[in-house]
Amino acid sequence: MTLYDQLPALLIAVPLFTAPIAYLLRAHGLPWAAATAAVVMTFIISCSIAATVIGGETIVYEMGGWPAPYGIVLHIDALSALLAMLVTGSSAAALIFGAKSLADEVGEEIAPSFFAAWILCTAGLTGMVVTGDAFNIFVFMEISSLSTYILVSAGPDRRALVATYRYIVMGTIGATFYLIGVGFLYMSTGTLNTMDLAARLGDVTELRPVLVAAGFITVGLALKAAIFPLHSWMPNAYTFAPNVVTVFIAAASAKVSLYVMMRIDYAIFYKNIPNHELQLALLLAPMAILALFAGSMLAIYERNLKRLLAYSSVAQVGYIALGIAMSSVAGLTGAIVHMFNHGVIKGGMFMAVACLALRYRSVNIANLAGAGRAMPWTMAAFVIGGLGLIGVPLTPGFISKWYLVLGALEQGGFGAFLVMVILASSLLAVIYVWKVIEVAYFKEPRANAAPIEGEAPLVMLIPTWIVVLTGIWLGINSYVPVTLATLGAETLLGAR
Amino acid sequence: MFTESQTILLSLLIPFIGAFGIALAGRWPNVRETVTLTTAVLLAANVWSLLPVVYAGGRPELHFVDMLPGLSIAFRVEPLGMLFAALASGLWIVNSVYSIGYMRGNDEKHQTRFYVCFAIALMAAMGIAFSGNMLTLFIFYEVLTVSTYPLVAHKGDEATVRSARVYMGILLGTSIGLLLPAMIWTYSLAGTLDFTPGGILDGKIAEPLVGLLLLMYAYGVGKAALMPVQRWLPAAMVAPTPVSALLHAVAVVKAGVFTITKVFVYIFGIDFLFSQPSHRLVIWIACFTIVVSSFIALRQTNLKRLLAYSTIGQLSYVVLAASILKPLSEVGASMHMMAHAFGKITLFFAAGAIYVASKKTDITEMRGIGRRMPWTMAAFSVGALSMIGMPPTGGFISKWYILGGAIQDDNYLALATLVASTLLNAAYFLPFIFAAFLYEENVKPKKDHGEAPWPMVVALTTTALLTFCFFLFHQPIADLEAQILLK
Repeated sequence: MTLYDQLPALLIAVPLFTAPIAYLLRAHGLPWAAATAAVVMTFIISCSIAATVIGGETIVYEMGGWPAPYGIVLHIDALSALLAMLVTGSSAAALIFGAKSLADEVGEEIAPSFFAAWILCTAGLTGMVVTGDAFNIFVFMEISSLSTYILVSAGPDRRALVATYRYIVMGTIGATFYLIGVGFLYMSTGTLNTMDLAARLGDVTELRPVLVAAGFITVGLALKAAIFPLHSWMPNAYTFAPNVVTVFIAAASAKVSLYVMMRIDYAIFYKNIPNHELQLALLLAPMAILALFAGSMLAIYERNLKRLLAYSSVAQVGYIALGIAMSSVAGLTGAIVHMFNHGVIKGGMFMAVACLALRYRSVNIANLAGAGRAMPWTMAAFVIGGLGLIGVPLTPGFISKWYLVLGALEQGGFGAFLVMVILASSLLAVIYVWKVIEVAYFKEPRANAAPIEGEAPLVMLIPTWIVVLTGIWLGINSYVPVTLATLGAETLLGAR
Repeated sequence: MFTESQTILLSLLIPFIGAFGIALAGRWPNVRETVTLTTAVLLAANVWSLLPVVYAGGRPELHFVDMLPGLSIAFRVEPLGMLFAALASGLWIVNSVYSIGYMRGNDEKHQTRFYVCFAIALMAAMGIAFSGNMLTLFIFYEVLTVSTYPLVAHKGDEATVRSARVYMGILLGTSIGLLLPAMIWTYSLAGTLDFTPGGILDGKIAEPLVGLLLLMYAYGVGKAALMPVQRWLPAAMVAPTPVSALLHAVAVVKAGVFTITKVFVYIFGIDFLFSQPSHRLVIWIACFTIVVSSFIALRQTNLKRLLAYSTIGQLSYVVLAASILKPLSEVGASMHMMAHAFGKITLFFAAGAIYVASKKTDITEMRGIGRRMPWTMAAFSVGALSMIGMPPTGGFISKWYILGGAIQDDNYLALATLVASTLLNAAYFLPFIFAAFLYEENVKPKKDHGEAPWPMVVALTTTALLTFCFFLFHQPIADLEAQILLK
């Protein structure tokens, strides 16, 4: 066996083993360096895995050589590979970007534990997307959640603690629901391997516990994914977390829960519970439609820039949930592509916000008057991100909306309504993005406002623009995410 | 010198690089204006070099990148787009000369931003003209909307910004809300969005959905200003006059009717659409818009707003001609794009010249102005005659073709509308012209004035001459445009 064959295991092992090392490094800057090195390495690994699975094959890796269903397997197909790239990529980008901003916000004395938590969070989220075991997903979910609580609570504002507390309560409920559901499944089938579950559920005659399991799992994951109206933990967690942490969790963490939802609801339940897609749609579609409107409206009336973007995320998660509810290849492709694209867009936007926060010492929109002139590169990055949220062509948001609308059109008369909903929400996005643009570009700063030092430092600007340009590239040539997402959607629906 | 594909690419690159050059030269106005003029001349020369190729039946192509499976950013030059590009790029030269006179004569601020945005808008217009599929067209359509926002909001005060928001709100709203879903729907039916002679929808969609899709396209292309989505055009009149002249009489609005014509010819296919009764819907909407906008124009006293409503009516001529779906009228649609462009840009040039010289904007104050500004008002008269459709101006030619098409179709509604509109046009233009030449001055200008600065006079005389020339030498263009009917 070559090292190449061990890549799936290394994807989790590298960060898991780096975390304690980072905790022990006490010298200035070293914990950050260790974390960055580990995360960049996992990103490279996930890219090389993606290059393998884009041809359509699935990697099944048996941990310790124990075959499924007795041992634990890692199961990586196109969908997992895409999500792994998103998680590790956004983690790496945020860390590289955050060297200066974190030194500013997170004190030197807690740096070792902070970065250890960061690495664990990356490991947990990556584990969730690559594992082929339903209980293992729970374990990784807990690793990532606990470390995320630490990351959020490191925010400079004391309200971060209250936000974290709320997040802990809601997150724990979500994870517990998931575990209860998995327990019922284990009771009915005697297995935890996802492939095995899908195969054995067909033989189960007493469906009631399975239905209960489906209910618990779907609702629990919806809570973790912050699908409206289960989003209440999210806005404040995003707002009071350190800016760089927001970049990472906004890009990746809710997406992973949505990924698990797709996995369980499609790969396992879809084939085995009659009319499961209808039940799922009846639950998710109304929530998604409400999310699209409520999230956008809340964003329109929000004064704090970080919370505005958080509410916008509520709306954007709505798009993904809507795509999941469609249970068609086009709809699921749209949902999957949007998970990835929204990660890139929002990550870039929160980076721009972090740059603004560094100079303005405030993220209240009203204080940002004149930012267009004082920080032209930062604001340009923000505007391009905003265009992506709206779904303007040549941005990645256009690609995902294209597939979502295509999926909606397949739904007949109700689909026409969905098309209108999707487009109306895009127009609401115009309003909340424009609101920021108008203040930043067309309003004069107040006379007594402190002068701004100028553009953000290059160590922050360059990573920001790399992410922004990646976004534009994905908007022009979407071969990688679209191919992986289409493969993933077809696999989920059993069309392959 | 260059291959045909490279020429297409250059048509986008020249104005784009020009925009950078203008921005860099912002500190030295003379250098900056030289850059603008050079860019305009290079662009026109480049675009016109394609004319003989297309005339001979060539269809140069450029494939850029695959954006989605089966959907690419690609360009393909065909007669309609060739005409639009040649028109917009050629008039940009004249308009740049005029702009220099206007912007300096008026001491406008932010002149660099103005010229930069203008160059980008022209790039977008070239992209629209040459696009090989609906997706590429849509991308440049949106670039055109966004790049013209700073031009409309140029003055920067509260009222102007409010108008500019109406402008962008309606154009973005209709395109995202209607045109985009129409496109995606078409794609899901036909599996492609390429502009194909004969259309791509034949047999793939049936009544009454054809009507719905047709309406989504007709109103999704807000730039065609069909009622009731016409409000952005009068709102855009707060822009400096060169913007109104080239963009809101030529590039932007023609992009709208051009898109609609293209959708009829290359997406639906005129034979297929003609077999569907719901194409009549668009005829009714266009007739309604023509008549109502003329009545509104009759009541305007602000000269630029009057011209804006006249434009709305004239745009609907093109839509009407395209939706009659007869060979003569399809040619008439493209001819009218050109004839109206020459006439209307002349009218706006004249309105701007009057404003720069006398600061007057209201037609009730302009009695006797023809004596102070004979060249300007003579050119205005030529433009107005072309709007009415009287010989010897270009408007007569295109109306001739459109009427021909309406007769082929036995379409009495269209005939009656055209006749009524001719009378109404005469009713709002002729009294003003008579008053300008024959009456005594009623409002004394603040300071004694003659003609506007010479670059402006040169520009408006040139376009007035072009209006004449189109009357005399239109045959090659008609031959070129007849090619769009070939399968």
